[in-house]
Amino acid sequence: MDEILQVKDLDVSFKTYNGETNVLRGVNFSVQKGGTLAIVGESGSGKSVSAKTIMQLLPKQNSIVNNGEVLFEGENLLTYNEREMRKVRGSDISMVFQDPMTSLNPTMSIGKQIMEGLLEHQNLSKKQAYDTAVGLIDLVGISNPESRMKEYPHQFSGGMRQRIVVAMAIACKPRILIADEPTTALDVTIQAQILDLMKDLQNQLDTSIIIITHDLGVVANMAQRVAVMYAGRVVEIGTVDELFYESKHPYTWGLLSSMPKLHEDEREPLVPIVGSPPDLEQPIQGCPFAPRCPYAMKVCHSHMPEDFSVSDTHASACWLLDERAPEVKAPVGTEVNANE
Amino acid sequence: MNNQEKLIEIKDLKKHFHLKRHTTLQAVDGVTLDIYRGETLGVVGESGCGKSTLGRTLIRLYEPTAGEVVYNGKDVANRLTKKEERQFQKDVQMIFQDPYSSLNARMTVSEIISEGIRIHEPSLSRKEVEARVHQLLDSVGLHKRFSNRYPHEFSGGQRQRIGIARALAVNPEFIIADEPIAALDVSIQAQIVNLLKELQEEKGLTYLFIAHDLSMVKHISDRVAVMYLGGVVELSTSDDLYHDPLHPYTQALLSAIPVADPKIERSRERIILEGTVPSPIDPPSGCRFRTRCPHAMDICAQVAPQWKEQKPNHFVACHLYNEDVEVDE
Repeated sequence: MDEILQVKDLDVSFKTYNGETNVLRGVNFSVQKGGTLAIVGESGSGKSVSAKTIMQLLPKQNSIVNNGEVLFEGENLLTYNEREMRKVRGSDISMVFQDPMTSLNPTMSIGKQIMEGLLEHQNLSKKQAYDTAVGLIDLVGISNPESRMKEYPHQFSGGMRQRIVVAMAIACKPRILIADEPTTALDVTIQAQILDLMKDLQNQLDTSIIIITHDLGVVANMAQRVAVMYAGRVVEIGTVDELFYESKHPYTWGLLSSMPKLHEDEREPLVPIVGSPPDLEQPIQGCPFAPRCPYAMKVCHSHMPEDFSVSDTHASACWLLDERAPEVKAPVGTEVNANE
Repeated sequence: MNNQEKLIEIKDLKKHFHLKRHTTLQAVDGVTLDIYRGETLGVVGESGCGKSTLGRTLIRLYEPTAGEVVYNGKDVANRLTKKEERQFQKDVQMIFQDPYSSLNARMTVSEIISEGIRIHEPSLSRKEVEARVHQLLDSVGLHKRFSNRYPHEFSGGQRQRIGIARALAVNPEFIIADEPIAALDVSIQAQIVNLLKELQEEKGLTYLFIAHDLSMVKHISDRVAVMYLGGVVELSTSDDLYHDPLHPYTQALLSAIPVADPKIERSRERIILEGTVPSPIDPPSGCRFRTRCPHAMDICAQVAPQWKEQKPNHFVACHLYNEDVEVDE
């Protein structure tokens, strides 16, 4: 399959009052045309920073891209200036944020906000833009689109607002939709509606989706490929089946076994990952997961592991995959009903 | 489970908030529940269904509009003497959702934890109080050297541990945990849930566990109550509820949760509910779920369904299970 977006060796740091904090340390992933990539990880692992770097939405004065490329159809977006980037944002790549209340302008009517992008990117008359906007509100499943155009964000419920945000994001038929925790602020029944909506639109418009989430259920529901991030690195990447049934990284094992299984009855205590994520302000020696890893070896504390390739689509950054490492079996419980 | 001793009986509890003249928000409207000693009762529902208001009314943070809460044989919802009130406040403690705003930023950990001890057991010496604080910190997995630090020095998971230590400080028997893990990362959630379970076994605590994450609720609870728009629509043991949900709302809610297993996820049929939860200011007549219910009938708009024990220990309020009503399939 063709890759529409490739992120290569991305290295980003933030300036803070006590020096530079290295928030992304060599992030690699790619998105396929019409496919869905899920990025999972805990808060502070660099999921949102990766997305914002792609869109160049990080504040310029205190964030530095040290290294790396973001190739969108072969073009490096990081070399674009602000004017060129404005053409990409919203038309080629658009973004849905977590909180629909803060990503909409409370003083502007919904209609005006949807039309804004259309007028900016597509040579449409006001009338055409209005009609397209009405069509979009209808498309995302809100009734009475004409009268809703005049209403303001506070007149909508959380789920409705997120539909509006999705409508705005797809207004110019983007090639890539980046959804940063699009359903975290919503209830499960509304979450199911929004995820279904995104999948329908993907089928209709052949959009690629990057979905950022910490909910492995959402990942299983939406994604074809998954990247697991930890402390500013992609520690494991693969197809959704490889990640859930044949994962190779102890952090992925930890994530899977700390989740309660809805479909099983036995109440085995959950297996949490001990400790907490590393402080990125301190320099990290070796593998960032080593202090919490039950399988950590001597080498893990001193040397950063390379990406070991497991199959064509599956790679994991863990020393356990080195041929000199002892054989370690994934703990029972992570291979959820693998043989069914 | 009927042979167990009832710790709390909630009888037709109502909490209405008066907003403006002639508008009343019916946050909790007629909840009847028993909570048994030593069990964990989970309460699930979407935002705005009244689950937090139920918890806060139980612990007397809100004054109920109507109804009774019988705790250890005594009605505690209404008037109490000073002494009774003090005993109740000692017996029932709460753990809050947001570990960032529920700890006083200007108090040290030791002050936060010992506040309740000093109020309820004023006869203890400072040394004894300090020893208790250290013992509490130890039981929630924090080191005693943390006792002189301030909340901002801790991570979210550690703060939630401090919140739990504070709740345990006065040896309560009943703890209301209102979304105790919602603000935490996945890998930390499991730590806190395991801690709550260990403490329950050790001290014989009873929990009311309020959450919207149904898979976690299933994991921790013995029984689960499902709330919708101010009322409990279904109550059952947690395994039975997940295997055989009776109420159409429970069925939809369960099918909406994405399961962390791609193979199950691909083969699953989803019941997608139309629309959103109606406003509790002007709830629908009859059954409150009827506006979104795929099985709604004429009677649902006219009569509120009866609370009925459909199977042993499995209660449901829905006209589909009322024999007097003909159900057209």
